[in-house]
Amino acid sequence: MGRTLSEKVWDEHVVRATPGEPDLLFIDLHLIHEVTSPQAFDGLRLAGRSVRRPDLTLATEDHNVPTLDWDKPIADPVSRTQVDTLRRNAAEFGVRLHPLGDVDQGIVHVVGPQLGLTQPGMTIVCGDSHTSTHGAFGAIAFGIGTSEVEHVLATQTLMQAKPKTMAVTLTGSLPAGVTAKDMVLTLIAHTGTGGGQGYIVEYRGQAVEELSMEARMTVCNMSIEWGAKAGLIAPDQTTFDYIEGRPEAPTGADWEAAVAHWKTLVTDEDAIFDEEIVLDASRMTPFVTWGTNPGQGVPLGASVPDPGSFEDEQDRVSAENALRYMGLEAGTPMREVKVDTVFVGSCTNGRIEDLRLAASIIKGHTVDATTRLLVVPGSVRVRLQAQEEGLDKIFLDAGAEWRGAGCSMCLGMNPDTLEPGERSASTSNRNFEGRQGKGGRTHLVSVPVAAATAIRGTLSSPADLEAVAVVKEA
Amino acid sequence: MDAFISHTGIGVPLKRSNVDTDQIIPAVYLKRVTRSGFEDGLFSAWRGDPGFVLNNPAYAAGSVLVAGPDFGTGSSREHAVWALQNYGFKAVVSSRFADIFRSNSGKAGLVAAQVDEKVVQRLWELLESQPGAEVTVDLESRTVRAGDGPDAVHDSFDIDDYTRWRLLEGLDDVGITLGHEADITAYEASRPSWKPVTMRRG
Repeated sequence: MGRTLSEKVWDEHVVRATPGEPDLLFIDLHLIHEVTSPQAFDGLRLAGRSVRRPDLTLATEDHNVPTLDWDKPIADPVSRTQVDTLRRNAAEFGVRLHPLGDVDQGIVHVVGPQLGLTQPGMTIVCGDSHTSTHGAFGAIAFGIGTSEVEHVLATQTLMQAKPKTMAVTLTGSLPAGVTAKDMVLTLIAHTGTGGGQGYIVEYRGQAVEELSMEARMTVCNMSIEWGAKAGLIAPDQTTFDYIEGRPEAPTGADWEAAVAHWKTLVTDEDAIFDEEIVLDASRMTPFVTWGTNPGQGVPLGASVPDPGSFEDEQDRVSAENALRYMGLEAGTPMREVKVDTVFVGSCTNGRIEDLRLAASIIKGHTVDATTRLLVVPGSVRVRLQAQEEGLDKIFLDAGAEWRGAGCSMCLGMNPDTLEPGERSASTSNRNFEGRQGKGGRTHLVSVPVAAATAIRGTLSSPADLEAVAVVKEA
Repeated sequence: MDAFISHTGIGVPLKRSNVDTDQIIPAVYLKRVTRSGFEDGLFSAWRGDPGFVLNNPAYAAGSVLVAGPDFGTGSSREHAVWALQNYGFKAVVSSRFADIFRSNSGKAGLVAAQVDEKVVQRLWELLESQPGAEVTVDLESRTVRAGDGPDAVHDSFDIDDYTRWRLLEGLDDVGITLGHEADITAYEASRPSWKPVTMRRG
């Protein structure tokens, strides 16, 4: 019987398999940041251990770094200590680090692909759940906790029980104006936050094949939001074209050998998945969340649901709690929800294509007077590229804030947070209570919805802007 | 890591589903560089509510948390496990755990006991009608027990064999893996030369 893509990648990395025990998997790339690594390095030090493969390890500073005044010492002393600790650990253990101020600094999941370090068929881990992003290249990539970070540092391996496999097939083509973000938010609303638990998911079908590399990263990024161990997409010409020529990509004969191998990384026709979901992408529309987990979403054209409409009691209670927290009434059209802050950025939607898309919608418009728009590039390279293309001017002319690179308001570990009761439309990945600041209320949205919302001040899509323009002309 | 055989302590009914890691401990509390001191951040958004279960003196010294499904979804922060442990929790009982949270628990020595949803409901009823009642989580027999008489709960829980064995023995994963170092070295020698590296050697 044939094997699925994820089984092929898994099998290639088994160092040791023993019945009754998890497999010992070799890890091709270990990404590190300041928040989940200090205790792991401490563990190494206590046990007198070293980093086994510094040459397969890369560190960057992203979670708590400021997006203003990044050339000055970090103002928050606790954040500064954490960043300084990473710098000391990287120096002591010989790990390559891209610190604040370095041209290759940025969100760890933007930096890996950008450098060409993320390649098909790899195993990639990081002490961050959005490591699933790298699955877009046909890699098995997943988040780990700090004990596992220490384990990988010491051994370059991880003990892992083999997950089940699931196919998510997205048929048809996404309609114009509907993005990868809408696709994945629709999927999560369909499965719930636990639907992927215990599975490595392969996204496939025409709508996935048609996505750019960066859009594929958006989909895989949110695999964790429906509980999947990892999510991946078979590598194809789109993947190879994206990687070729990047700083750490193979060259010459190595490139030929790599591509020859990567072309074998597809699910065999006779392979059987443990589970399969099929969704029609051609019927998808802009999708937004109304609640406090990523599965609580509806089409932008719909209304806030009535908790009483949920059959399952847990879902009903969860919806009641969510509406109370979000300050929303059942039956309110989503388009009437007033938004205070729009955040464009994060490892979900902070890459150059996202910024180009946002700028293309915002160009010639002004940000609503009662709304603030924060645009935070995912990396310094993304920021520089955007400036070269003049995107920063478009944002600044519209009245937006143009910031430095980092995780920023996605999780509010740096000064970019919501005030209690403040409402955001955010291109990030989590709408949990307090995620963007204590008492903050988050609606997860796509980049086009974020841009249109910033202009109108209420949840909107670019189609709403055109309608306004037509009325004005008439 | 200390071995875990069985634990008996006050049960805390946390009647919520989808308790994500940002609820367990918000990101602003993740800036410490130690494994201790995270108890202040535990459920911090809810601790300000006088009605929150841990603010009830009968439950405040609890050590067995009984929560709704999809406990620990979201971030990979092991700080969520440390915060529970720092507060005094030894075990969490739920009908479904997020994968990374479950894995982190196993590594850090917190028992994540997965039970049928009906068992959670019965434990909630018991713990609410008898605040301060104790719950036993017995890893050796994989059972959870509480109360006596007609309302008594005595049921099995799921935890994978390997994690159970490691917890019972109190074993350190890294030490076990380094015992297989020859296998790792052999694997490394077989890796294709075109695989990427973050720094050139020599």
